[in-house]
Amino acid sequence: MLSAEGLRHVFGEGRGQVVALDGVSFTLTSGQTLAIFGPNGAGKTTLLKVLAGLIRPRAGSVRVAGGRRAIGWIGHQSHLYEHLTVRENLLFWATLYGVPAARRAPRAAEVLGRLGMGDRADQPVWSLSRGLAQRAAIAKALIHDPSVLLLDEPFTGLDLAAAAELRALLGELRGGGAAGRVLVLATHNVDEGVELATDVAFQRRGRFVHFAPRAGRGPAEIAEAYRRAVAGGTDG
Amino acid sequence: MGDLLAQAWAVARKDLVLEFRTRTALVSAVVFTALVLTVFNFGRDPTAVPTVDLAPTILWVTFTFAAMLALNRAFQLELENQALEGLLVSPLSRTGLYWGKLVANLVFVAVVEAVGLPLFVLFFDVPVGRVLVPLVGVIALATLGFVAVGTLFSALVIRTRFAELLLVVILLPFLVPPLIGAVQVTARLLGGRPLSESVGYLKLLAAYDIVFVSLASFLFRFTVDE
Repeated sequence: MLSAEGLRHVFGEGRGQVVALDGVSFTLTSGQTLAIFGPNGAGKTTLLKVLAGLIRPRAGSVRVAGGRRAIGWIGHQSHLYEHLTVRENLLFWATLYGVPAARRAPRAAEVLGRLGMGDRADQPVWSLSRGLAQRAAIAKALIHDPSVLLLDEPFTGLDLAAAAELRALLGELRGGGAAGRVLVLATHNVDEGVELATDVAFQRRGRFVHFAPRAGRGPAEIAEAYRRAVAGGTDG
Repeated sequence: MGDLLAQAWAVARKDLVLEFRTRTALVSAVVFTALVLTVFNFGRDPTAVPTVDLAPTILWVTFTFAAMLALNRAFQLELENQALEGLLVSPLSRTGLYWGKLVANLVFVAVVEAVGLPLFVLFFDVPVGRVLVPLVGVIALATLGFVAVGTLFSALVIRTRFAELLLVVILLPFLVPPLIGAVQVTARLLGGRPLSESVGYLKLLAAYDIVFVSLASFLFRFTVDE
């Protein structure tokens, strides 16, 4: 379970103050995926950083069942060390997330196998292509079997095939029902991730100007609703 | 506490593996040490000032600036693919991160000093044989203090422009007390005086270590959190 209550955050002081979050509240339970769409500068990344505990908001609170250990983060960057192998990276992050020593190596092998990277485990990260590095970043995010996955523009830089593959993988990861994960996906591109979403939010100038279940709406309907809600938005 | 130490060791081990695999900063620091000692060796007039009077200062100036290279790289490793962001999202405690970086920096600086000390003896022909053990003890005591402060400040400046320059500017004033202590004790040891004459300076070094390791462990969280 992930819940946010009355989140407010600003950057800067006085006249130069920029409102990044303004009264954002929601609750998500297992198996739900919230897709947050918004123009550049709408506050999506700030929201994810607040949810992850990277930024302490000026007001409001976040509750994550299981605390920090329950969160997996996939951002613009992979968080991987280029001169370590994929396996060494995973073992390092597994240690930080408190995966028991005896479980680390089997867990790394399991995650890499699931992502089709079993044969890349001993390759240094610097030698991976963009798509493979993205998969390694997902493996890193999954190493501790998180129940909440936060995804910040995860499709950036991926070609069409890799993006479709990632969408399929995320759908599989979300699962369903009580055993499923909570996914929060932020993107500025409405075509990305709509099919994954159970709930959709449009964010503009730090506010959710629309927040509702997707209720079977397809990409075209979501795109139309987005255009209406964020009409003329030039926040970036 | 067990978790904290395991996390700190994981960070230290990762930093050391990265450093010994790439060797960029280590080789730079060792070459820098050798060059500074060479410059001092040829840039002094041995007839004007006895070597034994000048040597402690040269040793500590060299070690201080070589350590700066190590401290500069401590958090630059974490800028690669925004790994620092990943560390801060993870359950790794800020104290665990600080201790991990501190241990890695200490090992790094110790390696540079282990190469620098024989070069110093070679260039300046100072009699360290009799006082090697206490000298190594003083080096360890002073190094712990300035690496503790330097690790804290390197985290503080890492998101700024000109981080490398800024680190030197804000760190050097804090290094004056351990430098004074280290130079004074080293001078007495190389001058053949008993260690008991340096008790005051040794206490200063020990107090500096205790205060700054504790203070930096507490303050570190304020330097890395957004």
